[in-house]
Amino acid sequence: MAFNYDKYLRVNKMPTLWCWGCGDGVILKATIRAIDKMGWDMDNVCVVSGIGCSGRFSSYINCNTIHTTHGRTVAYATGVKLANPSVNVIVVAGDGDGLAIGGNHTIHGCRRNIDLNFILINNFIYGLTNSQTSPTTPQGMWSVSAQNGNIDPTFNACNLAIGAGASFVARETMIDPKKLEKILVKGFSHRGFSFFDIMSNCHINLGRKNKMANAMENLAWIDSITTPLKKWEALSPEEQLNKFPTGVLREVEQAEYCDMYDQVIAAAQGKRGKITQADFAKKI
Amino acid sequence: MAREVISTGNELASIAAIDAGAMFFSGYPITPSSEVMHVASDLLPEVGGKFIQMEDEIAGIAAALGASMTGVKSYTATSGPGISLKAEQIGLGFIAEVPLVIVNVMRGGPSTGLPTRVSQADIGQAQYPTHGDYASITLCAGSLSECYTETVRGFNLAEKYMTPVFVLLDETIGHMHGKAVLPDLEEIKANIVNRATFDGPIDEYKPYKVPMNKPAVLNKMFQGYKHHVTGLHHGDEGFPTEDAAQCEFNIERLVGKINTVAKENDGLDDLPDYEEYMLEDAEVCLIAYGSIGLGAYEAVQKLRAEGIKAGMFRPIMLWPSPAKKIAEIGAKFKDKIFITELNMGQYSKEIERIIKRDDFTTLLKANGRPIAPAEMVAKVKEMM
Repeated sequence: MAFNYDKYLRVNKMPTLWCWGCGDGVILKATIRAIDKMGWDMDNVCVVSGIGCSGRFSSYINCNTIHTTHGRTVAYATGVKLANPSVNVIVVAGDGDGLAIGGNHTIHGCRRNIDLNFILINNFIYGLTNSQTSPTTPQGMWSVSAQNGNIDPTFNACNLAIGAGASFVARETMIDPKKLEKILVKGFSHRGFSFFDIMSNCHINLGRKNKMANAMENLAWIDSITTPLKKWEALSPEEQLNKFPTGVLREVEQAEYCDMYDQVIAAAQGKRGKITQADFAKKI
Repeated sequence: MAREVISTGNELASIAAIDAGAMFFSGYPITPSSEVMHVASDLLPEVGGKFIQMEDEIAGIAAALGASMTGVKSYTATSGPGISLKAEQIGLGFIAEVPLVIVNVMRGGPSTGLPTRVSQADIGQAQYPTHGDYASITLCAGSLSECYTETVRGFNLAEKYMTPVFVLLDETIGHMHGKAVLPDLEEIKANIVNRATFDGPIDEYKPYKVPMNKPAVLNKMFQGYKHHVTGLHHGDEGFPTEDAAQCEFNIERLVGKINTVAKENDGLDDLPDYEEYMLEDAEVCLIAYGSIGLGAYEAVQKLRAEGIKAGMFRPIMLWPSPAKKIAEIGAKFKDKIFITELNMGQYSKEIERIIKRDDFTTLLKANGRPIAPAEMVAKVKEMM
C-alpha cells in the first residue's frame, strides 16, 4: 500500500513554496517516513526551523512547529527540549543558517550533546535569497556574491560536528531517499545530539551560476563529490580531500544533557550527593 | 504574612521569578546582572525547574523563548549590551506573542561603556528594543522590595498580554544589599496570572484569531492543540501571510493590545504605575525613577526642612507611561517640575511629549555616578 503522507502533512499548506525539483521535498518525505518508522506521536513532536528555504520545512509538518530567526534554531530547540525532555525535537536548518550565522549554536548544541535531531539541509548556497556564497559553497564556484569566483574555503559540516562533540554524526544525500530515511531513523533512535549533513540540490540558484541549471545535473555533481565511508577510507589522502564520505561517521554513547540535568535536579533536591568530577568518570 | 529578608536587588528579582512560577531560565553572564543568573542556577533545580547558561546573549534569550513557546514560564537577565544582541529575538517575542520576562540591570553605555557603573540609559532601548512596530511593557524597580514585586508583576503582565516584558533594575539597586519587605507568598501565588487557553474542539483552534486589541491565545504545546509559531506576519492559524489587510490588523493589534488598552483602562493592571511622595501640598515636583528615586526621597525631606514644599512623582511603569497622571502633574506644577535621571534626558522627552512643554528643570548625569540628594537640593533651590 502506498505510504500515506497526508497523516503527517498540513495538506492545506500544499503545494510547498519550494522550486520544482528541489531536494527539500525529498528530505521532507524521508523525514516523515522516518517519523512513521519511529512510531512517534505527532502531539509529542516539535519541529524547529530557521530562515531560508529550509525554514518553511516546519510549516508543512503537522505537529508543534516553530519557525525561528536566522541561525538560532538550535538555541530555540535547546529551550524546547530542556523544558520538555520527553518531546522528540527535530531541528531543520540550511548551510548558511546552521554553519554561518548560527555556527556558534551548532557547535554548542553538539558539545552539550542535548537530544536534538539536527537536519542540516546542505545545498551549498543561499538559495532563497538568490544565490549568495554560503560556508559550504565550493572554492572556485560562482555565486552572485562571488562574481569573480569563490575563494572562501569550503566548510566540512560533519568534521565540525564531530570536533564539537556530537555523539551521532552522519552524512547522506537526497539522491537515494531510502538510504536517507534509514540514516534518519538511526539518528532519531540515538540518544544525544544527532547531526545530519544532508546534501541537496539547488539547481535554480547554485546550478544556474555553475553550469548545472537542471536538477539532474546538480544531483550528478553531488553524486560525484560523495562516496560511502568505506570506499572513502580506501582512497589516498589526496583523493579524500575531494570527496565527502557518506554514512554514519560517528556514533558513540555519551551522557545526554537532559539526563545530566536530571542529576542536577536530584542533587539540588537532596536526592543524591553533590555532582563532582567523579560522576563523569563513570559517565554520570 | 509579609516577609522581611536581607538580600540584593538582583537576587530578589530571581527569587521573585521563581515565586511567580518561572520554571526556566537561560542567559549569558554579563555585569552587572549576573547574580540574577547565579540565583536561578541555585534555586530553579530545587523546584524542578531548568537553568541553562547558553553560549552567547542571543542563545540566552532564544532558549528562553523556545521554552516559553511550549508553555513554560521563562526569564532571562542581561544588561544593555546583551539587550542589543538579543534585539532580533525580542522582536520574535513581540510578533509571535510569546510571554517572557527580561531583566535588564542597567550600566553605562553605549557599547561596552561603563560595565560596573550605574546608568538609566536603556530606558529608550526598552521602549523600542528591536525593528518594526510594537508596544513594549517596561517596569522599573525603585527599591529592593520592588525588585521582587515588579518582577512578579512582569510575569503576570507577560502572561496576560502575551508579550515580552522588561523589568529594569540599575547597577545601584541590583547590587544594593539590604532589608526588603516582601508580600505574603500565598498572596503572590493566589494572584498568579496564567496565559489564557482555548479548550474548544482541536480543529477549531486558531491561536491568532482574536479581536482587535486582544492578545493571542497560545495553548501549551504537546497537549493535543498543535500550532505553528513564526516571526513572519501570520494569519489566524499562525501561518505566514502577506495579505495587506491581515498585516495591518496584526500591527494595529500588537500596538493596541498594550497602548490602547493602557490608555482606556488607565494602566494594564490594578497595581500602582507610579508613586506619589509628599506631592499633595507640594509646590515643586521632583520626578525620578529607579535608584535615583531613593535619593529623591531624601532630597524632598531636606528641601522641606529648609522650607521648600517639595514632593516626588516616581513612575514605576515606564512604558506605557502613566500619561494621565503626568499630564495632571504638568498642569498642576507648571514650570516647577524637576526631572532627574541617569541619562541625557530619555524620560524627560516623554514628559515633554505628554505635557507639551519643556519649561521644566533637569539634572542629568551619564558618567556612571549616582546623583546625590545634595545635588538635587541645590538645583531645586536654584529654580525656586
